[in-house]
Order: sequence, then structure tokens, then C-alpha cells
Amino acid sequence: MSAGVVDVQDLCIELVGQDADVVDEISLTITPGEVLGVVGESGSGKTTVGMALLGHVRRGGRVGHGAVVVDGRDLAQLGERELRRLRGGTVAYIPQDPGTALNPALRLRRQLFEVLEAHAGEWDGEERDARVRETLEEVALPSDDAFLSRYPHQLSGGQQQRVAIAMAFACRPRVIVCDEPTTGLDVTTQARVLETVRDLCRSHAVAALYVSHDLAVVAELADRVAVMYAGRIVESGTRDQLFTAPRHPYTRRLLRAVPDLAGKRAVVGIPGYAPLPGGRPEGCTFHPRCTLASDRCRETFPAPQDVGGGQIVRCHHAAEAPREVKVEGGAAAAAASPGPEVVLAVRGLDAHHGTRDTLFEIELELHRCECLALVGESGSGKTTLARCVAGLHKDYTGDVVLGDDVLAPAARKRPGAARKDIQYIFQNPYASLNPRRTVGQTIARQLELFDPGRKDMQRRVVECLERVALSGSAANRYPDQLSGGERQRVAIARALAAEPTVMICDEITSALDVSVQAAIIELLRDLRGEIGLGLLFITHNLALIRTIADRVAVMTQGRIVELGPTATLLERPSAPYTQQLLANTPNIAV
Amino acid sequence: MSQQTVDSALDLALDGSVPPAGGSGRLQRRPWLGILASALRMTRTRIGLAIVVLILLVAVFGPLIAPYSPTEFVAPPNSPPSSDALFGADALGRDVWSRFLYGGLSVLWMSAAATLLGVVLGVTVGLVAAYSRNWVDDVLMRGNDVVLAFPQIILALLAVSALGAKLWLIVLIVGLTHAPRVARVIRGAAQEVVERDFVKAAEAVGEKRSRIIFGELLPNVTSPLLVELGLRMTYSIALVAAISFLGFGLQPPAADWGLMINENRLSITVQPWSVLLPVLAIGLLTVGTNLVTDGIARAAIGLDRKGH
Repeated sequence: MSAGVVDVQDLCIELVGQDADVVDEISLTITPGEVLGVVGESGSGKTTVGMALLGHVRRGGRVGHGAVVVDGRDLAQLGERELRRLRGGTVAYIPQDPGTALNPALRLRRQLFEVLEAHAGEWDGEERDARVRETLEEVALPSDDAFLSRYPHQLSGGQQQRVAIAMAFACRPRVIVCDEPTTGLDVTTQARVLETVRDLCRSHAVAALYVSHDLAVVAELADRVAVMYAGRIVESGTRDQLFTAPRHPYTRRLLRAVPDLAGKRAVVGIPGYAPLPGGRPEGCTFHPRCTLASDRCRETFPAPQDVGGGQIVRCHHAAEAPREVKVEGGAAAAAASPGPEVVLAVRGLDAHHGTRDTLFEIELELHRCECLALVGESGSGKTTLARCVAGLHKDYTGDVVLGDDVLAPAARKRPGAARKDIQYIFQNPYASLNPRRTVGQTIARQLELFDPGRKDMQRRVVECLERVALSGSAANRYPDQLSGGERQRVAIARALAAEPTVMICDEITSALDVSVQAAIIELLRDLRGEIGLGLLFITHNLALIRTIADRVAVMTQGRIVELGPTATLLERPSAPYTQQLLANTPNIAV
Repeated sequence: MSQQTVDSALDLALDGSVPPAGGSGRLQRRPWLGILASALRMTRTRIGLAIVVLILLVAVFGPLIAPYSPTEFVAPPNSPPSSDALFGADALGRDVWSRFLYGGLSVLWMSAAATLLGVVLGVTVGLVAAYSRNWVDDVLMRGNDVVLAFPQIILALLAVSALGAKLWLIVLIVGLTHAPRVARVIRGAAQEVVERDFVKAAEAVGEKRSRIIFGELLPNVTSPLLVELGLRMTYSIALVAAISFLGFGLQPPAADWGLMINENRLSITVQPWSVLLPVLAIGLLTVGTNLVTDGIARAAIGLDRKGH
């Protein structure tokens, strides 16, 4: 069994002073050259597992039992000095955000040399220099002196991540731990970075643990996949097994929640929460959210069982699982078709940030009931456009037309009716709600602002919350007492309280887990049909638009390069940029 | 159908059977109450509060238990403590204990009023500056810098020597010189809040500026606000007492701690109590307010860590 360079047996990491474990019963093996993808939603313990391979446990936690054996050495037996030699030398780490992982005050040469100095002290300068240049070439970066004397801020996000990868591979580690290294990157960059990581792992026979919440990325990269839920590995197997024949209900639901570029199926969310350490239920941790749950599931946590071909599932119902887990909603909830009436138009809009021009000749029309997706990579100007429409970015020329009226650039100068009709929902629900106000106060203020003088405030607040599938009791809570998905629902409820005709959704699901994202998308789709709302849906995720948008506008460098019906655009993209974007979007072939 | 499942699951969660993610903040309900509550759990805060309350009691109820009037001559000048005069007589033969009991109120109300004035003004300037982010910000903050360039006591002395020793003037000047110091801190704290999306959300729906400043921003700077309140109180006490000592506060023959020190400083070797009592009181008071402030500051840091 232990042919792997990484061998984790029954690992448990618990919280000190509390009777709670972060992860437990983690067993996994990785062989040289193999990429093991660990997927799970936030709080599932996937990063904790990754850190354990580096012999690191986060503050407040400790290893309860079990062993992590890396390259034949049990990490628990190693002292601090030996662990230091191991980290970076034998086990390397690629962080999530290279922008903060690289020291902004050091030139690249220094940063890269430092790693070698720490782990290959006996080398002389020339050897180090040769290795640095060799590694840079491997990650497809220039290796000349001019590049080496740059500072991290002079690189793009993708280049920074490549430098971080080069640092990780410079000492020729046996094992590499990647903690969502492509999360902050655009799809084009992401695709190239993933390719680099995979090639390097193959060519140097490095065992990789790739931690990610993005199933599509894992599907592209990993040889084997382990799905984590509430601190346990609930299913593991080869990539093909997991993506074509998932047996655990959670894996199945998770796959249904991932938007799919190719298929036409609608995304379906998973109701409820992933439980946090300390609040995990008895029995199978997934049973409160599982449609197959039986009494046995509530009592005992199922033991791992091999369902064939090395695919291991922890579910009492694994045997009956080939029967499709029933998922309601989905395709049935077809959205209302757009009406002919134009509710919002943008004509010849050019926007500026100081002296820099950021948008050029934008022309857009949004119809009643329509969902228009605005797609582009970071820096393409899609958020600026949305902010111009909402009156939050006033430095523009050209017209934003609502109904028949040309609007003033600044929201403050617009008539009240216009501010009511255009509502903006922000990307980050952690920042868009005032933490010092209860949900009820936030929504009541919106109601008061747009429909003043009504008495039955309490009832109307509850109505607003119920419309976004939140319980009325949420009104008395502060935002920090809600999960990310709930907060985003509150933000939507606040927008809806104004009874708008246009709602601008600025990447509203990108801070959320896929299962929550799917639930929010479902909600938006239903709302659109119910109240005839025009949606301007901004996203960088092409896979998402299939399930929600009627038309798509693709933006790059401040211009709309292609605009057309969703199906046409996804199947027969005409602009080269759209084609490239589509080709780079990771996809799960199911 | 699917919506109903979502609904019931959320209901379940919101009714408390499953703790929602990240929902730790019981203290967040009323942020300042939470800060005060956790500050009160610290020994330093309790000691500080005990001192402040003790001196407050002396200053407020002292006149009721004073054996003599503060201006009554009860013994020969500088007589040592006796059964007639608990702490002896001062340089003019008045009862030190009675003058001490009468003399605290002025220091307290003046420093409290000056603190309040300074903090209200400073918070307003700080928030307006942070929110405006344009020339208004520059004008306000450069104006602040001008005031900050002078030591507080110099400005206060300048004002009283030009306009006369009036109590309201002292309060006004001490308050005004506090304001820029408070404004700087509050502006710094608010600058980060201004960038958050909920402020933009309020702008997008056309909330009034004043409402954004006092409704959205102010509740998010409560922790530095509480700290400033305590800190400025400490400074006020010292400043007001110093001004009295220099003879610009309450005028003789009124009883006032600062004044008492000045009146009796020459006879300190003969009759130390007439100086020692007010010095101890002022010293203890500043230490007390400082301890309370320190507790609040520590609690606020802890709370902020928990909150975000």
C-alpha cells in the first residue's frame, strides 16, 4: 500500500481545549508524479490536510492521532529544525495568493536564491544561478538578468504565481502542496498555470496535493480526487470514477451545483450548510442535507467501503447510489422569456479613471425580463461599466438611458425613481452589508427610502426576506451571524425591497461556494420570472452564464467584442477573444 | 419545489439548531456595549473604575459632608492636622479637608465638558474628512495640522490671557485643541470603512451625506471612539488642573484643586497636606481614567479580531 511518497494514515487534527476535530480519519497516499485533487467547500478541512503535509498545524489545533509520512519520514518524529529542512526542501508549498506570498521589498533574484540558500547550502553561486534560471525557464518565465532584478509588483498576477511555483520547484521537492493557486487568476492565465504545474509534476516525478474548491480545475488537473465534507474524506477515486460515476450523494449534488459550459442542465444548489467543527451532527455528517438519509445515517458514520476499482465511498447507501439522486427544480424552472421593451440602454459610453480611458464606445440594451451577462477577465472594465450604469462611477461621457430618460452620471443627481429602478448588488456580501446594523434595519431603511410613511414595516421586512427564501427571524441578526450565502440573499432582498426594474449583479456568486452559488442562481432565475426583472449579470465565469443568461456581452480591454444570444455565442463564438476564453475555461466533461 | 427545500433548511439553521457559519458575534449586538462589557471583565478596568467612582463621589457629595465652609477661617495659617481640622489649615487658615471636598467638582465638570466638546467636534471633522476624499478633506486636515503644531497648554494660555480667565473659555479652548487629535484618529479609522461596499450601496440608493456619515460610518468607528473618549478625558483633567494651578481657572477664594496647589505650594514643607490632597486626587483620577481607557482599548482590539 505504502508505495506513495506521501502516506497519511487515519489523521485527526483537533481543536485544543474543545471537544471538536477539524479533520478526522484522513487516509491518503500519493505516488510520485501523481496529482491528488482534494475538493471541498469552505470549512471542509481541505487546507488543514494540505498544511499537515508540511508538518504544520494552525494555531489552536493539534494532531490528535494518526501519522503523516512523507518520503519515508514520520513528521511527528521530526524536530523543529528537521521540519524546517523538510519544508521547501522535500515538501514545497504553492500559496493561494502570490501577491502576499512574495516579499514586495526583495528583487526576484534574492527571493529565489533564498530558497536555495536555505536548502542547498553547499552549492556555490554559479550552481544556484544555473538552477534559478533553469527553473524559471521551466515555468515559462524569462530568465535574463533584467527579469531577475525586478520586484514582485512589476509582475502580473500570473507571473507572480509562476515565480511562486518556481520557488517551490527550485529545490526539486518530492512533494508539492498547492492551496488553490489559481483562485485569483483569470481563466486564460489559470489554464497556463495549471499546465505548468502538471508538466512539472510529471517531468520531475513530484507527488502533488492540489487543494481546491473548483471542481472544474480539479477535473482538468488531477489523476485522483478526494472529496472532503465536514472534515472527512467522503469519497475518493480516480478522476474518471468520480466525475463519471460518483457514488456519494454529496459528490453528486456538488457536481450538479457546478455550472457546466457544455451541457444545458441547470445548476442546482444544496440546501443547508456544511457544518463547522464543533457543530457537526451525529452519524453521517451529510445526513441533514441528504435526500437518501435514513435512520442508520443519523446514528452511525459509515465506514469506508470499496465500490470497485479503488473508488472508496463513505455512505450507507453507496450500493443503491447508481440510482440517480433525485434533484428537483433544475430544468423545470425555465425563466420567463424577455419582452421587447427596452428598460435600460447604454449609448456611446466612454469612461475614464483620472487620465486613463477605461471604457470605449459601449452600446448595450437590456430588455424587460431579460438577463444580459457581461463577461470578461479582470481589468476588462465590466465592473466600471456596471458602476457607470448604477451612478457610482460618474467620470464618463455618453448616455445611460433608463426607459426614456437620460440619467445624470452621479447617483445623487439622479431622480429618486431612477435610483429605485436600478439596484446594484455587490460582489462581496461580507462588505456590502453594514456590520453594525441588523438585517431588519438594513432592509427597513431601504423600504423607508423608497416607499416612506408606511406603517407595517415589520411585516414588509419579513416579506422581503421570505422572497429570497430566508426565514423572517433573520431580521434580528447581524450580518456576521449569517453565512456568505445568506448575506448575499439579504443583499438581494435589500435590492428587491426597492422594487427595481433593473438589477445589476456584480460577480455576486464569486465569493461563495459552488453549492451556495447554485442556490443563488436558482433564486435569481425564479425571481426574474416572478417580477419581470431585467438582470445585468456580471461574471468572469463563462460556465455560469449558460444557466442564467439570455444574451452575453464579452468584454476585453474596455470594449465589447462580441454580443449575442447565449447559445450562439457559446457554440459558435465569432470573436477570437471569445474563442480563446472558451477554450481556456476548465470544464467537467460529464 | 427546490425553493421550499432551501427555505426549510435555512429555517432550521436560523432557528439555531445548526450554528450559521462564522456566527460568533454575540458581542456584536451593540458594539459599544460589547466592548464595555468585555473591558469590565479586566482587572485593570475594574481598578480604574473604582478609582474614578471614588473621586467622583468625593467631588460630587464632598460638599455635603464637609465640616466647614471652604472660605471659613478655622485655625491659624498652616496649622497641622488636629481634631478641629482633619488635615490642618491652609496658608490662610481655612480647613484643608473642607476645601478639598469642595474643590473637585470644577475640575471634573470642566474636563468632562471639554472632552465631550472635543470628541464630538473631532469625530465630525474626522468622518467628514474621511468621507469627502476631496479638497474638503485637505482643508480640514491641514487646518488640523495648524492647531496640532501648538502645544495645547500654550493655546489655552494664549486664549485666557487675551480674553480673560473665564471658565467657559477654558472648556472651549481645551475642547477645540482636542478636536484635531480626535479627528486624525477617527479619520484614519473611517478611511477603511469608507471603501467598503455598504457605503457605495448607500450612495447608489441616494442616501443623504449626513446619513451616510452618521448612520453608516459612525457605528463602525465605535472602538476608536471609546478609546479617544477616555484618553481625551485624561488629558483634559491634567490640562484643566494645570490651567487652574496657573491661576486662570476658578478665582480665589473659591475652592479648586489646581488652585489649592498653587496657593499652598510655598508652605509645602510646613503643611504638606494642603498640597498633597489635591495632587493625589488629580493624580489618581488621571491614572483611573487611563486604566479604564486601556481596558477599553484592549477589549476593542479583541472585539475587532473576533468580528472580522
